[in-house]
Amino acid sequence: MRPARKASAPLGFWAYVAALLLLLLAGVTVLRFTLGLGATTNLSDRFPWGLWIGFDVLCGVGLAAGAFTLTSVVHLFNLRRFEPIVRPTVLTAFLGYAFVIVALLFDLGQPWRIWHALFFWNPHSVMFEVAWCVMLYTTVLALELSPVVFERFRLAGAQRVMRFVYTPLVIAGVILSTLHQSSLGSLYLIVPSKLHPLWYSPLLPFLFYLSAIGAGLGMVILESYLSGRSFGRRLELELLEPLGRAMVVVLGLYGVLRLIALRRSGALAELASPGYEGTMFLVEVSLAVLLPVALLSVPRVRRSERGLVAASFLAILGFVMNRLNVAVTGMERAAGVRYLPSWMELAVSVGLVAVGFAGFAVAARVLPIFPEARADVELPERETAEPAQALGESVPA
Amino acid sequence: MSAGLLYDATQCIGCGACALACKEENHLPEKIDAVPTAYTWTTVTPRAGIFVRSLCMHCLEPTCASVCPVGALRKTAAGPVVYDAAKCIGCRYCIMACPFDVPKYQWDRAVPIVGKCVMCAERVAKGEATACAAACPTGATKFGDRAALLAEAKSRIRDNPGGYVGHVYGEEEAGGTSVLMLSSVPFEELGLKTNLPRQPLPMLTWQVLSKVPDFVALAGAFLYGIFWITRRREEVRALEAPVEGARR
Repeated sequence: MRPARKASAPLGFWAYVAALLLLLLAGVTVLRFTLGLGATTNLSDRFPWGLWIGFDVLCGVGLAAGAFTLTSVVHLFNLRRFEPIVRPTVLTAFLGYAFVIVALLFDLGQPWRIWHALFFWNPHSVMFEVAWCVMLYTTVLALELSPVVFERFRLAGAQRVMRFVYTPLVIAGVILSTLHQSSLGSLYLIVPSKLHPLWYSPLLPFLFYLSAIGAGLGMVILESYLSGRSFGRRLELELLEPLGRAMVVVLGLYGVLRLIALRRSGALAELASPGYEGTMFLVEVSLAVLLPVALLSVPRVRRSERGLVAASFLAILGFVMNRLNVAVTGMERAAGVRYLPSWMELAVSVGLVAVGFAGFAVAARVLPIFPEARADVELPERETAEPAQALGESVPA
Repeated sequence: MSAGLLYDATQCIGCGACALACKEENHLPEKIDAVPTAYTWTTVTPRAGIFVRSLCMHCLEPTCASVCPVGALRKTAAGPVVYDAAKCIGCRYCIMACPFDVPKYQWDRAVPIVGKCVMCAERVAKGEATACAAACPTGATKFGDRAALLAEAKSRIRDNPGGYVGHVYGEEEAGGTSVLMLSSVPFEELGLKTNLPRQPLPMLTWQVLSKVPDFVALAGAFLYGIFWITRRREEVRALEAPVEGARR
């Protein structure tokens, strides 16, 4: 309750912005479903996938990657000190996936048939894998988040059940995420004659997976920073700085893999005199890899709040640009047309992001998401007596 | 027999009878669009001094059928690649992935479906030629068994030195197609894709997808192993701690 009051002044402005965006979103929703895709989007037979796939789906899923990374680090690799930032990360991921599903409902020509993927199977389709991963992992995220709700409403029985199934859930989450993140890259494996060689590579599934982990960690840092600002919380620098270090490793690895992919596809020559695609590529790689890795490699930068957050922000920006380059920039030459989203496509994407932010704000107020909120909950923590004791022994050592 | 079409651009007079017949046969709106759309499944256009038809190539291993998450597109044993509108959810992956840019969408409708040439699958099932082939006055579009048509195409090239470019379009493109094309001018000048791999494209994604079950089993065992080791370590540490304290 207390942090909410503190944040009420700056929230006023953002609440108005969110209300406006929601109103716009509602209007465009009516138009989209009465007039069809042609009248409301800049999509066409030559450019059938646009912003809603490139940004909403590809980025929404990718930026949720912090959750499976952190849950596996904490619950499988047993680095318990990161526990305090798991809940906000899982919440972010859940909202990210909800965002993806709603965006898909806008993008699909006949969204009311989305259940068809459950009954008409085609295991040869990457989209089929994507559909199942979205469904299953959203369920896993909801379950991973459920102890928070049970804790809030003091449902001790349900909490005990969740404690029992939590490890299999985390494992399922890691497997589903790995499949899902990589499958979004696999979607493009089948268009070697269409996707520009700067982005097309047989390594696409690995590239999508690694870049999602890197950007997902960046999202954890950025989300901690933003919630710190709006809830008047201290930034958990001692927890986030190691994430920054992990980003250096993951993004560095990603950069090397990207270089290997380029060498294989023979597209390196393209960069000697960069045209439209080459320029977009260079900006993307600078933002996504070069700058974040350079910044985060410097301990002084990494240990400062501003440095850490700025580098994470750049990495996320670069990640978004990568997905848009794959989905849009890299496909334009083969399509023979340029694609820019219509204002209505933009309104849907921005509106849904606003809904996501609002959802986070509401959830953080009513649920014990942050460690501060958890301290005053009287129910026992999710640890059973024994491991808790063991943890107590191991931490000071 | 697997049905196919042989389109010989050198014999085409651009009369458009094929496009008209297609409209009637498939109950499509009368207006013939300049380029193929969801409502116009085939067109004839002048290009590089001759005419060229645009229609679904009916791949032997179709990309569209492979990418469709609900199996709305399907290669029939008879040859045609058919579309089941009742299954389609409208993800448009087929439109995005088709190497020949064939499937089109009803962008102007609130309840849209995909439109593409289905090689008059119903007629073919009855042993009849496609509407376009039946309507063609010059025999530029010929219906028949693909293997026989391919042999005929090759003999036409052999018997008319200089009359054709020495390649049957569709013999190998994207793993081969049921529709074959002959031309006197290079195919890229007719607007046809010439940068396609010779192997079927669905292989590219199947290579990855086929490994999913193994990956799930291995990753599951590996991750549980990690969990088991880290928890065991913790238990051991908990047990050993007081003992060490006693010795000191």
